[in-house]
Amino acid sequence: MADPADPANQPAPAGEGNRPALALHVPEPNYRPGDTVDFSDIAIGTAGAQPRPDESAHPSQMGELAYSLIRVLGDDDQAHGPWNPRLDPETLRQMLGHMAMVRAFDERMFRGQRQGKTSFYMKCTGEEATSIAPAMALASDDMVFPSYRQQGILIARGYPLLDMINQIYSNKADKLKGRQLPIMYSSRDHSFFSISGNLATQTPQAVGWAMASAIKGDSRIAATWVGEGSTAEGDFHSACTFAAVYNAPVILNIVNNQWAISSFSGFAGAERTTFAARGLGYGIAALRVDGNDALACFAAAQWAANRARANHGPTLIEYFTYRAEGHSTSDDPSGYRSAQEREEWPLGDPVTRLKAHLIAIGEWDEQRHAGMDLECAELVKATTKEAEKNGILGHGLHHPFHTMFEDVYEELPWHLEEQADQAIRERIAKFGTERPFG
Amino acid sequence: MSDQTEAAAAAASDTAPERRLNMIEAINEALDIMLARDPDVIIMGEDVGYFGGVFRATAGLQARHGKTRVFDTPISECGIIGVAVGMGAYGLRPVPEIQFADYIYPGLDQLISEAARLRYRSAGDFIAPLTVRSPFGGGIFGGQTHSQSPEAIFTHVSGLKTVIPSTPHDAKGLLIAAIEDNDPVIFFEPKRIYNGPFTGFYDKPVEPWKKHADSVVPEGYYRIPLGKARIVRAGEAMTVLTYGTMVHVAEAVCTAKGVDAEIIDLRTLVPLDIEAIEASVEKTGRCMIVHEATRTSGFGAELSALVTERCFYHLEAPVERVTGFDTPYPHSLEWAYFPGPIRIGDAIDKLLSE
Ligand SMILES: Cc1ncc(C[n+]2csc(CCOP(=O)(O)OP(=O)(O)O)c2C)c(N)n1
Ligand SMILES: [Mg+2]
Repeated sequence: MADPADPANQPAPAGEGNRPALALHVPEPNYRPGDTVDFSDIAIGTAGAQPRPDESAHPSQMGELAYSLIRVLGDDDQAHGPWNPRLDPETLRQMLGHMAMVRAFDERMFRGQRQGKTSFYMKCTGEEATSIAPAMALASDDMVFPSYRQQGILIARGYPLLDMINQIYSNKADKLKGRQLPIMYSSRDHSFFSISGNLATQTPQAVGWAMASAIKGDSRIAATWVGEGSTAEGDFHSACTFAAVYNAPVILNIVNNQWAISSFSGFAGAERTTFAARGLGYGIAALRVDGNDALACFAAAQWAANRARANHGPTLIEYFTYRAEGHSTSDDPSGYRSAQEREEWPLGDPVTRLKAHLIAIGEWDEQRHAGMDLECAELVKATTKEAEKNGILGHGLHHPFHTMFEDVYEELPWHLEEQADQAIRERIAKFGTERPFG
Repeated sequence: MSDQTEAAAAAASDTAPERRLNMIEAINEALDIMLARDPDVIIMGEDVGYFGGVFRATAGLQARHGKTRVFDTPISECGIIGVAVGMGAYGLRPVPEIQFADYIYPGLDQLISEAARLRYRSAGDFIAPLTVRSPFGGGIFGGQTHSQSPEAIFTHVSGLKTVIPSTPHDAKGLLIAAIEDNDPVIFFEPKRIYNGPFTGFYDKPVEPWKKHADSVVPEGYYRIPLGKARIVRAGEAMTVLTYGTMVHVAEAVCTAKGVDAEIIDLRTLVPLDIEAIEASVEKTGRCMIVHEATRTSGFGAELSALVTERCFYHLEAPVERVTGFDTPYPHSLEWAYFPGPIRIGDAIDKLLSE
């Protein structure tokens, strides 16, 4: 059927003369549910082929790295080229362990939401390397400003699983006092900034933190993570402008997992150029990295950290990856994309690839891997049980009502005291006075 | 049901069986009708195109009306509202969706400084006939970024109209009127009642819309004029001014307590149906205002001031306001925060004891 909205099917508007009719372009992804997926058009290049400039290079001298893909792990499962970070086997095993732990954690928490233990959860399946490898390349006191999909940073920094689960359950042991949606963690002790539900707001904040560190002559740098879809927000562009103007010691990480809920990356501009190339327009050094190659992710973040720490300024890194699962527990991707995409993704799975590398260099085997997976699953399970003693969402074991009014301001003004009294009166009216919490 | 639509409903009932829709279906139908009636209507927003919106409000519309009438946008609320202003300047009638009211803030400069004042600053040379739809309000364990009721930010801005439906029937008629309106309209949809009229008794099962009289939605085009309130039920003991989800909560509490309250669903906050308010308060002499939004500088403060200024000599007790608390919307303590039956009941008792 002819699309009536298509200008080609409409009479030319009056006064147009012989000028041609304009037509609006609306991006469309290549594959929708049921479609056969063929990703052979994605240029992935050869591992090891990309040059590694000096950390002091001018952004304009390394422009090509914003368009190609930095890759280290080859099809032969060996590490190749100048970006090989040459990590010792123990560090590699640690990296693999963190990734396996995040995966086990995500599995269990997702299931917990389905079982009604909490309201919401978000996995990072397939993207584990994009948070864990950079977190390991940074110093533990470098400040991170994540989005909601970087639970890997907390795992890599040794944040207690129990605290994560308490937060997810919004229970009486939740360090955020049941105030935040699950997974919106915060931990100053782990140099991990409070996560916002409002997209991209963290990006200029990271730049500001980095500027402050520079003002004070500190040695710590900042890093932020943002989804490719969220780079459309003005905040991200303000972040780039400020980072460039003040040559801020900051790393701007874009996790390009191809999807923003149901919208493919074309709605953030991917039909025209790469996300890394955004950096070049601002005069920011830009790297585009195979996001499912943990070694490449580590190497890129390490390069950027060295650059920032040496006062050579900001770096923008695009991690090219794939969101293997739904956006969140509220999403069913079978309604808008082909299920084949995940299987066909040309860059594979980050856990499988790192595991294969460790096996290829003789530092790992299937048996140890299976043992590790089991250990992760059991630890998560045991910690979940432990957390459940503090309550699950909606089952009464929450923080006292008065805490709802605390931290709005440093001190409670009169009107909040009055409202707190009202809340407690209501609690007594509903549940009686014998209720232990409140 | 208002007079105008009663006629339409009666006419429809001659030919078609009674149809019951939930609020999402009613909104979807209004959008569908306006896309078909007016080639200048376009719909855009995050995930509204192929997928049909995270709440399914635009489901099927892209397939039916084409990709240049209904389309996805980049994740930029500033961009969405800014381009809507530009499209309006061309002569289109954009109906942008902001995925959650909590995410409207990046678009505020375009709304407040631009859309709201365009007619004024250009002396009518340009207008901004957009209708910004956005789900708002809590009660879904959405935490502080999926629960807010920011209507008072918009009612405070001259040049904007603010509309909030409370039933499927009204949602359709009001949305059509909003789209046809030549001024920028903020159309907040109470997401807690998309699927059923939540009464605030959160530990009791929620009835679906199908069991509610106001889920009867006439087929085809009809409009409910902006600025006209709806008397939900007549009464003598007190006047209840409310809107959105809280209409159903207030009604359920009044019923449970056996209070002969006159409940007014404001439907449009700006322009406000001051006549309906005055007539009711002059009759009852008592007034309770109920909204879910935070209290300080909430729309209830405006209502309270108006009632006090204009009906002072008819009042037998101070105006009561029942609101959300002045905190961000909490997650685990959602029901402690929500202005539910106990808080409303307390206010009713106080109002009637004076
Ligand atoms: C300001 C704002 N607008 C809209 C949303 C709703 N929203 C939440 S996540 C999301 C998609 C983000 O996609 P992307 O940036 O690619 O990150 P990903 O989920 O893929 O990690 C949207 C639109 C929001 N949270 N904040
Ligand atoms: Mg994404």
